[in-house]
Amino acid sequence: MSSEMIAEYEVSHGKAKAFYERYERKDELQHQTHFCPGCGHGQTHKMLAKAIDELGIQNRTILVGPVGCGVFTYYYYDVGNISAAHGRATAVATGVKRSRPESIVIDYQGDGDLAAIGSAEILHAANRGEHITVIFVNNAIYSMTGGQLAPTTLLGQKTATSPEGRNAANEGYPLHVCELLATLEAPVYIERVGLGDNKQIMQAARAIKRAVENQVRGLGFSLIEVLSPCPTLFKMTPVEAQRWVRDVMEKTFPLGVFRDRTKEAQPRALPEAAPALDRIPQILGVANEDLPEGNPAVHDETAADLDLAVRVAGFGGQGVLLLGEVLAEAGLDAGLEVSWLPSYGPEMRSGTSNCHVRLATRVIDSPMVTNPDVLVAMNEPALRKFVKSVHAGGWILYNGEEFPADCEQPGVQVLACPFTEIADALGNARAGNMLMLGALLEMTGVLRDVNIDAALKRLVKNPRWTELNRRAIERGRELMRESRL
Amino acid sequence: MRKQLMKGNEAIVRSAILAGCRAFYGYPITPASEIAEAAALYMPRAGGVFLQAESEVAAINMIYGAAGAGVRSMTASSGPGISLMQEGISYMAGAELPCVIADITRGGPGLGNIAAEQGDYHQVVKGGGHGNYRTIVLAPHSVQEMADLTALAFELADRYRNPVFVLADGFIGQMMEPVEFSQTAVEPRTPDYAVTGTKETRGNLIGSLHLDIDEMEAHQGRMEAKYRHAEEHETRAEEWRTADAEIVLTGYGIMGRILKAVAAEARADGLKIGVLRPITLFPFPKLHFQRLAKSARVFVVVEMSNGQMLEDVRLALNGARPVEFLSRVGGNVPSHGEVLEFVRKLARQSLPALHLEEECVANV
Amino acid sequence: MAYVEKQDRGQLRVDVEECKGCGLCVEACPPKVIALGERLNHYGYRTAAYKGTGCTGCGICFMACPEPGAITVMRIVNRARSVEQCMVGASECASN
Ligand code: SF4
Ligand code: SF4
Ligand code: SF4
Repeated sequence: MSSEMIAEYEVSHGKAKAFYERYERKDELQHQTHFCPGCGHGQTHKMLAKAIDELGIQNRTILVGPVGCGVFTYYYYDVGNISAAHGRATAVATGVKRSRPESIVIDYQGDGDLAAIGSAEILHAANRGEHITVIFVNNAIYSMTGGQLAPTTLLGQKTATSPEGRNAANEGYPLHVCELLATLEAPVYIERVGLGDNKQIMQAARAIKRAVENQVRGLGFSLIEVLSPCPTLFKMTPVEAQRWVRDVMEKTFPLGVFRDRTKEAQPRALPEAAPALDRIPQILGVANEDLPEGNPAVHDETAADLDLAVRVAGFGGQGVLLLGEVLAEAGLDAGLEVSWLPSYGPEMRSGTSNCHVRLATRVIDSPMVTNPDVLVAMNEPALRKFVKSVHAGGWILYNGEEFPADCEQPGVQVLACPFTEIADALGNARAGNMLMLGALLEMTGVLRDVNIDAALKRLVKNPRWTELNRRAIERGRELMRESRL
Repeated sequence: MRKQLMKGNEAIVRSAILAGCRAFYGYPITPASEIAEAAALYMPRAGGVFLQAESEVAAINMIYGAAGAGVRSMTASSGPGISLMQEGISYMAGAELPCVIADITRGGPGLGNIAAEQGDYHQVVKGGGHGNYRTIVLAPHSVQEMADLTALAFELADRYRNPVFVLADGFIGQMMEPVEFSQTAVEPRTPDYAVTGTKETRGNLIGSLHLDIDEMEAHQGRMEAKYRHAEEHETRAEEWRTADAEIVLTGYGIMGRILKAVAAEARADGLKIGVLRPITLFPFPKLHFQRLAKSARVFVVVEMSNGQMLEDVRLALNGARPVEFLSRVGGNVPSHGEVLEFVRKLARQSLPALHLEEECVANV
Repeated sequence: MAYVEKQDRGQLRVDVEECKGCGLCVEACPPKVIALGERLNHYGYRTAAYKGTGCTGCGICFMACPEPGAITVMRIVNRARSVEQCMVGASECASN
């Protein structure tokens, strides 16, 4: 009869299925946790496991574990496990969830991990409204490392690194994570719960389940802060530690819901299906059929063994880089080897700008042009900076009426014209660079109009400029021809 | 395949997506920002993820998450940002997660400047983060190689389950050259160790914690074996007219290009000179150096750093041949002229002496 | 079947291998029907033990206990029926 009587009972509260039956990843004592007797991590673990069971998401769950006393989440949870570096769990969780939006990503962190070293990561994950659930165990102390000051250590609380008690003047005040994050727009649910007594414990279990459920519903970022006893480092019995959480800790960290937008929040839209694989080259703009064929072999006999090195220099806004790009692009169109190397960074911002261009029939060794065949100097400072680099037999195109006498170089030919002003008369001063390009093309004879047109079509999208640029280049050619007369 | 003119930084992203990369997490920094910008544009269109992280520290950990979830992923930065990523790179190596990191170097230490320098050699090639690990390092010297080596980087990262660097200087990142791309995109595949939130992957664990000291040693032994395997199978270098070279110039990245120009000119002078350009910096092409040491008389290392690669060259040669060194730093580049003069002087002064020395040895 | 009427609503099982003797369950139990045992288990803990009667099946001790499987709370399924009856009328049984 007695066996029948036992059979009339059924398990109402038993070990969650989300836990492994036996903790085989643990070295020894595989039938119990590594937590000290009375540790709040254990209770929190159970609440989370229960929520996973009740929501039926064990297969979908990916748990991102912290560094600290909670480091061994993967010993216990029979879910997908990822162990993160100290403080980085929210960043790791972000990387996981963004690529696996169907998974349920739960991030488990302690106070040192989340609120000190990981403070930037949690703040920004919350601010982005990452679709993750964060379980934040706050026991006001660094436990794993042996009881040092945490960002959440209470004022006056003695720790290994605050032997006289936390002093606001030295260590600042306890950090209120929930309050802080509740100032942000994106979070959907933020609640602080405690493990201080039965009532608090039951509420904690409800809150944790809710935070996970929010993610199942696709609602967005949820965080539950759990005020948690650490009997070992509080140097109390488990029961005393529990009471301390309720009677002392809660005074600094009031319990409650700090954010609840679960009603307004819209389930996130499912990500669009990825494009078909064969469309990728097209999407990237590298598909052969989308690329111009070019007009090769039209560079004629004059370019039988061409190797042209050009330095273009001037102020930002004068179209220095574009001049170089048109040259390089046209060279490519003509089937030449080309390289284009810009100056970059603050140098550009402060106003000066320059680029190196090489066009050659053979493979280009160095893209750097230290001794150009042609220097295109769009203003006087640029001229002065690079004038000495032009080698004998080379050319300088100078944007100015008068070429400074002290800049003359033996064996270097010069064309000095007020290109900008001439461009202005043509219709827009900004076409000065194209005038200089025209002069350069005429002087070197390297490229055909068809190459230049193709380059301009690719680089200058606004049709308003096309006509002006053409005229400017033609005028530049004329100026060069005139100078030769 | 048709060529188009493109910046090295932009080529990296296109090549990465073609190689199946579907996650990019980064943080802006000159001269690498174009990589993030291109990723921001193309990654979502290709069905991938782009996110500008709050820091390089966060970015590399997001990569850790994406790689843990089985997605080919990458980031890009420059020296100061790479320093911040070292923690995450160590964790990825420890957890045996693949990823590709592009380091478009600038001047350092500290804030340094944004001009091209090669001072990241040590922090990239020698590990940089804590613990016993290596990263595979590929050093492109052209925009085409930016594309090709990025694709290779993803293959190697997966093959070795290890972070792989594409180490390029600001020049290679910023310059435009004609480049052609593969016309077939690699299908993203999920490796079986990944944690993807499914029943099948539920038992998987991504992590690097091994409390048991013997287990830790065994783990490191397996990693070490991987690195030895890479040394045997993945070493790459370009040799340019080294067959009869008495002088071997060596440098990577942009220096490799300049050295070829110098060697071409010096050859015209009648000097027997060639270029050995390491393409993989780890594994370092030791055997190439050792083989050339049999015929060459002297090696010249030219870098835009203070003798960082020089150490590896010396280790590879192990005293077999003298090693000369020329460097410019701070954003200066050893110019064609400078190197040429250095080489000519060397040829005038040292080569005869070296010949003499050998004759002496022969006479003994 | 008069004996049925005297049965407690709940029953408690403690796994003495897993219990760490923290005493949180003792503190949590509203009718105070749990106590720490007199003897140490072989890990050195005085483990929790059900006093044998008076459990309401509320489950508070389970939630208060930090160990995943140290405590199992059982709730009575049906006071009036035997196991055999339950198995026959499973759906009806479950509705109780
Ligand atoms: S030290 Fe504190 S937090 Fe860590 S396991 Fe022990 S009780 Fe828990
Ligand atoms: S279930 Fe409730 S009544 Fe029964 S032992 Fe546990 S706490 Fe006490
Ligand atoms: S709460 Fe759990 S571990 Fe603590 S004494 Fe009770 S059964 Fe044992």
